[in-house]
Amino acid sequence: MVSIIKKIEFKLISPQEAKKLAVMEVTKSDLYDNDGFPVEGGPMDPRLGVIDPGLKCRTCGLTMEGCLGHFGYIELVKPVIHVLYANYIYKLLKITCRKCSRIMTKKVTQPKKCPYCGEEQIPIKFEKPYTFIEGENILNPLQIRERFEKIPDEDLKDLKFLGGRPEWLILTLFLVPPVLVRPSITLETGERSEDDLTHKIVDILRINQRLKESIEIGAPDFIISDLWELLQYHVATFFDNSLVGIPTSRHRSGRPLKTLADRLRTKEGRFRHNLAGKRVNFAARTVISPDPFISIDEVGVPLVVAKDLTIPVYVTKNNIEFIKTLILNPSWPSANYIIRPDGRKKKITDENREEIAKEIAPGYIVHRHLQNGDIVLFNRQPSLHRVSMMAHRVRVTPWRTFTLNICTCPPYNADFDGDEMNLHVLQNEEARAEAALLMAVPKHIRSPRYGGPLIGAEHDHVSGLYSLTKDGTEVSRETALQLLFEIGVEVELPNKNKFTGKEIFSYLLPKDLNIEFKSKSGVKTVIKNGKLIEGVIDANAIGREKGKIIDILEKEYGTEEVHKFIDRVSKLGIKWLEKLGFTIGLDDFEIVSKENEEKINSIIENGKKEVEKLIEIYKKGELECLPGRTAKETVEVRIMQIVSGIINSVRKVIEDSGVFEKENCAIMIAKSGARGSLLHLIQIAGAVGQEQSLGERIHRGYTGRTLSHFKENDLSLDAHGFVGSSFKTGLKPYEFFFDAVSGRGSLMDKSLRTRHSGYLERRLMNALQDLKVEYDGTIRDNRKIIVQFNFGEDGIDPSKSNWGTIDIKSIVQKFVK
Amino acid sequence: MNLEEAKEILPPKLYNQLKTEISNLSLSESQKEKIIEEVIKAYKSSLVEPGEAIGVIAAQSISEPATQLTMRTYHVAGSVQVQVTLGLPRLIEIFDARREPSTPSMKIYLKKSYDTKEKAAEISRLIKEIRIKDIADEVIIDLVNNAVEININNSLMKHYDLTINKIVKKLEELLPKFKISNKENKIVIKSDSEEIDIKELQKLRTKVIDLYISGIKNIKQVIVSQENDRWVLNTVGSNLKDILNVNGIDISSIKTNNIHEIYEVLGIEAARNAIIEEASSTMRDQGLDVDIRYIMLVADMMTVDGDIKPIGRYGVAGAKGSVLARANFEETIKHLTHAAVVADEDRLESVVENVMINQIVPVGTGMFELLYKPKKKEKA
Repeated sequence: MVSIIKKIEFKLISPQEAKKLAVMEVTKSDLYDNDGFPVEGGPMDPRLGVIDPGLKCRTCGLTMEGCLGHFGYIELVKPVIHVLYANYIYKLLKITCRKCSRIMTKKVTQPKKCPYCGEEQIPIKFEKPYTFIEGENILNPLQIRERFEKIPDEDLKDLKFLGGRPEWLILTLFLVPPVLVRPSITLETGERSEDDLTHKIVDILRINQRLKESIEIGAPDFIISDLWELLQYHVATFFDNSLVGIPTSRHRSGRPLKTLADRLRTKEGRFRHNLAGKRVNFAARTVISPDPFISIDEVGVPLVVAKDLTIPVYVTKNNIEFIKTLILNPSWPSANYIIRPDGRKKKITDENREEIAKEIAPGYIVHRHLQNGDIVLFNRQPSLHRVSMMAHRVRVTPWRTFTLNICTCPPYNADFDGDEMNLHVLQNEEARAEAALLMAVPKHIRSPRYGGPLIGAEHDHVSGLYSLTKDGTEVSRETALQLLFEIGVEVELPNKNKFTGKEIFSYLLPKDLNIEFKSKSGVKTVIKNGKLIEGVIDANAIGREKGKIIDILEKEYGTEEVHKFIDRVSKLGIKWLEKLGFTIGLDDFEIVSKENEEKINSIIENGKKEVEKLIEIYKKGELECLPGRTAKETVEVRIMQIVSGIINSVRKVIEDSGVFEKENCAIMIAKSGARGSLLHLIQIAGAVGQEQSLGERIHRGYTGRTLSHFKENDLSLDAHGFVGSSFKTGLKPYEFFFDAVSGRGSLMDKSLRTRHSGYLERRLMNALQDLKVEYDGTIRDNRKIIVQFNFGEDGIDPSKSNWGTIDIKSIVQKFVK
Repeated sequence: MNLEEAKEILPPKLYNQLKTEISNLSLSESQKEKIIEEVIKAYKSSLVEPGEAIGVIAAQSISEPATQLTMRTYHVAGSVQVQVTLGLPRLIEIFDARREPSTPSMKIYLKKSYDTKEKAAEISRLIKEIRIKDIADEVIIDLVNNAVEININNSLMKHYDLTINKIVKKLEELLPKFKISNKENKIVIKSDSEEIDIKELQKLRTKVIDLYISGIKNIKQVIVSQENDRWVLNTVGSNLKDILNVNGIDISSIKTNNIHEIYEVLGIEAARNAIIEEASSTMRDQGLDVDIRYIMLVADMMTVDGDIKPIGRYGVAGAKGSVLARANFEETIKHLTHAAVVADEDRLESVVENVMINQIVPVGTGMFELLYKPKKKEKA
């Protein structure tokens, strides 16, 4: 039975309790004697716990696994301040009467006079990290302790100082942590290397001893106070070695020691590294590659991985035969080891297969290989949102990489330029059930962020479907059969020899689907009773984010139906393109005629002239400034307006020439919304346009000019990043350089941004993580404070909605017809 | 089911949409009923489920697209608008609840009777903050007479509807210890006491240059433009409280991007709405689609205590109930020592605390336990 922790209390520890907690007093500063055994009464005393495997603890008799270690203590000759609480000590000192020790006020400022005994107070200063000065005199810990001892309990209660007595913040007894907290490492040379904490404890012991001796022989006061100060320093740095105002304590090699507080804080500290983040077993990581022919909720797992990752199966009467065959199988699918009812593990090898197969009985646990259809979790970092980790079904492959369907790339933000992904094998039925029901890929087709489809057809699928379903595409009976067979549709084809692409696509739709929407190119697309009657299928129909058909199937026909649809539609697109032969080359961009090329050139020339005129006016100082702008800024704004005019006219020339009606592969890709836009085509065939850096024309470079190609103070288009050439004709050297400037700019921007947005994410997550929906529909935090009475004022979950709302229009239309 | 019953169940926005949809078509009663039932069914099936860790989803939904927001701070070049911080820096600014945005700005619409170009220009002159430097050609130190002289630019002064006398009066008010006289366009400021050294004159000069004369404080610039047939004053700088007293402006549609100002003038609910509007428009401007409900949740979390708390160490995250959650976030040591002093306890009621101690997180499917206890099998 696992016990459950209900709460954790935080309190101060008293010297008495600390002494009780400890098992021994540490008195000697030596670690080991000449024979290499730990010194009795030293910091490595075996009563403090064991760190060597096999040995038993002298205190509790358990081995390394069972014994958590035991504390020791050091009696400090003179009390010292606990640095981590120095701030609290200061606050208390200020408001405690120096004579009667009553708490004078609850405010932070120090009163002049005690309201109880009328004693004049002397202002107290705090010099970080642990020095307190009253007037001119340094208050030593002994004096502070005396004052604190007299504070009545009731006064502390008023202050909410409930964790214990304030005098406990002045240490008289130093707790030595168990050796398990500070294990020593034996180097290859046989030399022992001690933990930083141990070094620090030795320091404390030495100084404590010297202080004791000095007091005993009656050494002069200054020696004693120096040693006391040193003891304070060592105890302080034991707790926190990154204190401001005192030198950091260093190792012999000059490396700063890592003491208690340093172990906890920062990203690499105990909290964020070990407590909030955990390591797991039964996980695998490797490079990913695409496989368009597996389903979107599958993941291809290399055989070597499948043989290594296991699932524990409880042997019962019902599955014992199946498990025996697994154990007897010398290759995949087999099993790796068994766990006997007494908890002992036994590895399965080729030698003992038969023996083990005979041995197993109900009550045994067998760790079997990963098999096809097992539910696993699949994840890609950075895990920015919940769809960065989803449940997939295993499909074991003979290759060396994980494979996934390209349609599932967007949620993971994955590509195949060397990305790696992680796979986790779930180890119990509850986890598998939850993963299959809540985390499976088809359950996450609709994004929780905006309520639209996040998974849909991608590049080739879209252009394939576009080409297939546009007017005039006809295929022979054989091709139709071939296509439908390859995508797994089993239907009886009507008796005719020619099939339109629209007919073939219609076989993927449910028989009662009725929708009408505008396609990407603006054509109306009509689907009636599961038949595509008019229009084309493009990104607006099946694409990610916009796909209307996917949207409706998900909402009205359920996840299973969309899942099937996406699988089939993506395969159909690819298979059709294979049949068609779909490729782009340079001649696909021969879309600007000679005549139009001249037109474009003259537009650019005219623009340049216009700019020159403007610059002339500006240089004469006759330019009328825009409100709130200097003349320099005004001229920039005006030039940018001219530039956008140029680009618009260039676009118009190309658009008006009617090239987009003549379809070649490149135009088809842009038109169907598969990839790229008309803007990109214009950049390739027409003119690239203005390159920008920091939201402006490019100005950086030499004094007064961007490159040595230009004269100083030349404000013309060419000199500041206007690229009049097209990618097809090729860029001039300086144009190429400007293109590189803007490319580098956006690259830098991206890499600098992730830092900021990462921290924003961490903050948001910490602020909102404990908000959840209660059974009454309110949203509360863990103090049970109501933050919202109804989520988003209407209680709609965006991931179950239709773009954040309910599509009343289409519901009404269903009934009207 | 009829519309009346639907009104009880559906949120107002959906109800109104349903009502107009139905009334637009001539439908039989039974058809109507069926439609209403269907809409209610659709609504109920899209409600959030109890136990949903909605806070985590909200945080993810906002910060995932935040990685795509540009760091580019200013408006696209080529527009004549006021420059305003945009993108990720603006979003961070909103969630940090900065007292003053890095580019405060207002958008002021005018009342119908004032909605002309002339009136807009007039009001823009009226509200612009005027300091001496805005209307003076130069401010010089007269060493002979131990005085500071201001040469007023006549046309500028007239442009802003000021007269020398008005300025002198204002100066007398602001500088009670000095004698102020004027000769035509020259204003002379002399000290009461005869002895004044150069250092002090220098100081006086810098002070005089920046003296506030008229208009509304903090409105550093006003740009008049036309938007959808209405005249709009876009300002650099924001001062909601004083702008509200200006004649002719349309109070109901005035906008500022200073959230703290809205809080002080209009209260916490207005501030909440401002946070929602600012954050979601920042996202929208960048073409990123985030459901408004998540932004609402963040805004509600920031304003739930009645004042605006930033997201972060000194605000919402620092005020968490759980010691471990706070220690995990930032300032680990501070939170642990504080917990010890005040004898705090961690009841392990939310996410990270339970992750730390390897227990099931009480969210979603971990929120409940099984009531049914299987009978113990009797040992054979």
